Amino acid sequence: MSSVAQKRGFGATVYDWMTSVDHKKVGIMYLLGGLFFFILGGIEAMLIRLQLLTPNNDLVSAGLFNELITMHGTTMIFLAAMPILFGFMNYIMPLQIGARDVAFPFLNSLGLWMFIFGGIFLNLSWFFGHVPDSGWTSYTSLAIASEGHGMDFYAIGLQIAGGGTLIAGINFLVTIINMRAPGMTYMRMPMFTWTTFVASALILFAFPPFTIGLFMLTFDRMFGANFFDHTMGGNTIIWEHIFWIMGHPEVYILILPAFGIFSEIFSVFARKRLFGYSAMVFATVLIGFLGFMVWAHHMFTVGLGPTANAIFAVATMAIAVPTGVKIFNWLLTIWGGSIKVTTPMLYALGFIPSFVMGGVTGVMQGAAPLDYQLHDSYFIVAHFHYVIVGGVVLAIFAALHYWWPKMFGTMLSEKLGKVTFFFFFIGFHLTFLIQHWLGFWGMPRRVWTYMDGQGWNAANYISTIGALMMAVGFTVLVINIIITTAKNVRVTNDPWEDGRTLEWAVPSPPPFYNFTQTPLVRGLDTVWIEKMEGNKSGFTPSEPVVDIHMPNGSIIPFFMSLGLFIAGFGAMYRAETTWGLTVLILGLLLSFIAMSLRSVKDDLGYYVKKEEVLRDLKSKGGSN
Amino acid sequence: MMKGLKKWRLFSLLAALTVFLAGCGQEELSTLLPAGEVGRDQFNLLMLTSAIMLLVIFVVVTIYVISLIRFRRSKLGEDHIPEQVEGSHTLELIWTIIPIILVLIMAVPSVYYTYKLGDVSAMDAVDEDGNAENLVVDVTAKLYWWEFEYPDLGIVTAQELVVPMDEKVYFNLIAADVKHSFWIPAVGGKLDTNVENVNKFYLVFEKDSKDLKDGVFYGKCAELCGPSHALMDFKVKTMPRAEFDNWVTAMQATGDRVADTAVSQGEELFAQSCIGCHAVSAVGESGAAGPNLATFGDRNRVAGYMDHTEEDLKNWITDTQKYKPGNTMPSFTQFSDEELDAIAAYLMGLSVEK
Amino acid sequence: MDLNKKFTPETWPDHPEQATLEAKNKFVGFWIFLAGEIILFATLFGGYLALKNKGPSGLEFSTQSLYELPLVFVMTMLLLTSSLTSVYAMYHLKNYNFKKMQLWLAITAFLGLGFLALEVYEFTHYVQLGFTYSNSAFSSAFYTLVGTHGFHVAVGLVWITLLIFRNAKRGLNLYNATKYYTFSLYWHFIDVIWVFIFTVVYLMGVIG
Repeated sequence: MSSVAQKRGFGATVYDWMTSVDHKKVGIMYLLGGLFFFILGGIEAMLIRLQLLTPNNDLVSAGLFNELITMHGTTMIFLAAMPILFGFMNYIMPLQIGARDVAFPFLNSLGLWMFIFGGIFLNLSWFFGHVPDSGWTSYTSLAIASEGHGMDFYAIGLQIAGGGTLIAGINFLVTIINMRAPGMTYMRMPMFTWTTFVASALILFAFPPFTIGLFMLTFDRMFGANFFDHTMGGNTIIWEHIFWIMGHPEVYILILPAFGIFSEIFSVFARKRLFGYSAMVFATVLIGFLGFMVWAHHMFTVGLGPTANAIFAVATMAIAVPTGVKIFNWLLTIWGGSIKVTTPMLYALGFIPSFVMGGVTGVMQGAAPLDYQLHDSYFIVAHFHYVIVGGVVLAIFAALHYWWPKMFGTMLSEKLGKVTFFFFFIGFHLTFLIQHWLGFWGMPRRVWTYMDGQGWNAANYISTIGALMMAVGFTVLVINIIITTAKNVRVTNDPWEDGRTLEWAVPSPPPFYNFTQTPLVRGLDTVWIEKMEGNKSGFTPSEPVVDIHMPNGSIIPFFMSLGLFIAGFGAMYRAETTWGLTVLILGLLLSFIAMSLRSVKDDLGYYVKKEEVLRDLKSKGGSN
Repeated sequence: MMKGLKKWRLFSLLAALTVFLAGCGQEELSTLLPAGEVGRDQFNLLMLTSAIMLLVIFVVVTIYVISLIRFRRSKLGEDHIPEQVEGSHTLELIWTIIPIILVLIMAVPSVYYTYKLGDVSAMDAVDEDGNAENLVVDVTAKLYWWEFEYPDLGIVTAQELVVPMDEKVYFNLIAADVKHSFWIPAVGGKLDTNVENVNKFYLVFEKDSKDLKDGVFYGKCAELCGPSHALMDFKVKTMPRAEFDNWVTAMQATGDRVADTAVSQGEELFAQSCIGCHAVSAVGESGAAGPNLATFGDRNRVAGYMDHTEEDLKNWITDTQKYKPGNTMPSFTQFSDEELDAIAAYLMGLSVEK
Repeated sequence: MDLNKKFTPETWPDHPEQATLEAKNKFVGFWIFLAGEIILFATLFGGYLALKNKGPSGLEFSTQSLYELPLVFVMTMLLLTSSLTSVYAMYHLKNYNFKKMQLWLAITAFLGLGFLALEVYEFTHYVQLGFTYSNSAFSSAFYTLVGTHGFHVAVGLVWITLLIFRNAKRGLNLYNATKYYTFSLYWHFIDVIWVFIFTVVYLMGVIG
């Protein structure tokens, strides 16, 4: 593997990416995978909204509608939003802490392939004609009663993808704990790194329960267990608890990195240090902690009793406090700054009012007695789209524009970026604002159609128009990406010119070993400090140029994930076919053999020779 | 001139009022027009939290807009380097403490109402003679329909809940197959019908449903329960206590229907094909495979959501899966048009109110 | 890293399991992984406690009628002892005494195998009584909790067997020291989980 670009065949290139353990390549693959599923989920969303355009519409059937909402929710949360954020974490976080790779490059690749195979498994359900149809929450009385293999696809697909998520979480945690450059203390870490850290900790504690929940569901549906069959002594409420013990922190797993992204953007484009950095860190940790204390606010109407409801109501409202601290700190970051409205900044500025609106409706639902009215109505649909689209998706689009030059060495068009924002932002508010009122007017969520004469027609019509505008906005983004890639105008280390963190001190895109010399970090926003002191490169090395130790690529993660993928089909068809059990065993065997190979074969990595590093340095004109 | 201005003012006031009223939705199913104590408590909580939250939004947007106007680079010049402020403990303390106070203002009534609305201790109260003091309704949610049993009165009905006004009505909720959720938006919040345990709560109905557009409140299933979740509606009739008592007496009298010999073709056909699942007497056991039809002629809808006409009734009987996919009633295609007419006429005649 | 670098007990580092950056990563990562495992088992325990003795009406099995403490006591002793022997192995790892370390690890593995055999016997016994996986919610929860632990033991056995044979000829180095060490961490973890199973499932089942 050499940094000198060689002419290679298509097959060799594909193989190189498949076996790559480079955090930057893995990050890009996460991003591409996530964007692919984002498009799938988006198409599902459009079909949902078109079905609800008019009362008594029959564009899609009742059964298909339930499949669409289930797959839309599952895809967007687990296969689009999270992987895209993982893409940024993978690419940017090691650069921000001055590391050459993540702690476990092999596991990084394994996590990626598990996500990809899990996602493919789940979506193959469309081709098998058995699609999950019990909602992304998959409450078990319905999920157990669901006929066909739909919910099996859900349980096994998410199990595989969820395993990948857990692996990625552990990997990020260890990377941040162990691999920070000299001088990069915890309280000097960029906000995005901090939120990656806290989100990873949330993954660590939220996903194992979900693993168990999915196993229970799998065993109930495929292996004759009775966890959720109340006639056999089972209890469906256990699933609801387990699901939300994962499901609520999951929301914070998504939104915290989004907060991190916006913190970076505000501070860069206001040319000002993040206001109240330590309070921001504290608020992040506190939100993460409280995130585990509030899961039952999704279950106020389940009948847990007034005491449980009251406790969880108050705990839920308490989250408003650290979140409020964050909002005001962002406002005070731009206050007194020098605001330049670039496309990423535009998203960040759009985020504040959108997210505040989503946040306050969250507090309203935290008031348990009020939630008896709002729960499972369109109000809640409006609320969580306000936080997830208004928070996470805006952050993803902002980050795409913000870090695109770093990742691909060329800038996305600012003009088209603003067009995207215009359509998407207006479309978003048009779609979801009115849905609060639909909820007030008594429209339950997850209804495939509605009767005329209930006063819901106009609002639903408006909502669908908004959704179409969002689709237009996204299409412009895709066009932007294509045009930009075709033009390919190269940029320097710090194309925004106000970069503050370490990723802006390396070339765009960085060499595969990231840093020719490990940097020395002299404070928060270290690149800014260097630049203010006249060091144009923004970089002070902490060591001379030496040989660089790098990990080897490997095809093993691909086969380990493939084995699980195959085994999944075996498990699903075990009861009704003769080959099911064989396939299950063969799949697990493949994974096991791949794993043993990894264990038995020494993998010590290799060294990039000092001379090669120096040659690279020279060809870049001497600057770092 | 002044007069014109006044008129304009009046007009704008009226316009605002219209918009506001339109924003409240329809009386029979809007949470913004509460028709009972529980719904009103929840509505008041909504107003309180909305007011506080609008205040928060106002403050945020004000700071936001001012900074956007004042601190633009285009104004300050390309080379302007702002002061790198670390933070301010005073400010941070302020925006920690004020939200805590706001949260407390919301938390106190939330906790109070949680306990108030969760209080079902009076449910089983009996007077000196051992008669129940309060009306209790056992609700069973089944795949796309609702069964309402009045255990103390010995009557069963389905799809259309009939309740007296201005008193607490207690509910026992359970699901027979998969989880559903019982919601009458205009009267009060929802409670899930779980499969493994009975949930209890109460509602108070304070408005006569006669004055409503269809003469009923709308009830909804609020938990995804399968393909026809959207169609799992029910209706609620409210009436003064005296009227309700009459209704109960009439319902209790429907027990005689079973003993009668068939007098019409429709009744005969019904007895051959339908009686296995559908009772036409309101007296008896709950837990039937299909909705009790004792009051079918009085109802507002066929199958919970279709127009209450013989035409729609016949459509429903002949093709149930088309109208409610996934429901458990088979389609009856064996009837001739004439037989269908007879059944429809018979069903429409099942009434306790006429 | 040079695998051929020869050490003596004197030059062997005090903390061989954390001597390189890769080793340190593995060490910290494994601890974090175990934290996740704790949550995983906590969920299983929660599920078991909620479904304990729950079944269709007329369920003939209960914790009292089913569990046999003497057998479980023997299993507990086997596993606790194996934890102790793995400590001996780690003692020899720190002292760069490869042969003795391998020996104690082999003993650990044998004890673990004995535990697993008894567990298989216990399960077959219950199944013969009619307490199958599908018997009730109780049976599903029991087999899933205890079975997941048993699965962890089996994975541990395969792991240590691979390690013992793979390194038999080449001895200790800074690359495989971490592997041995994390195995020992894992084995202790399994042991701790078993102590909880013994208490929560068996003792509280029979006595409580």
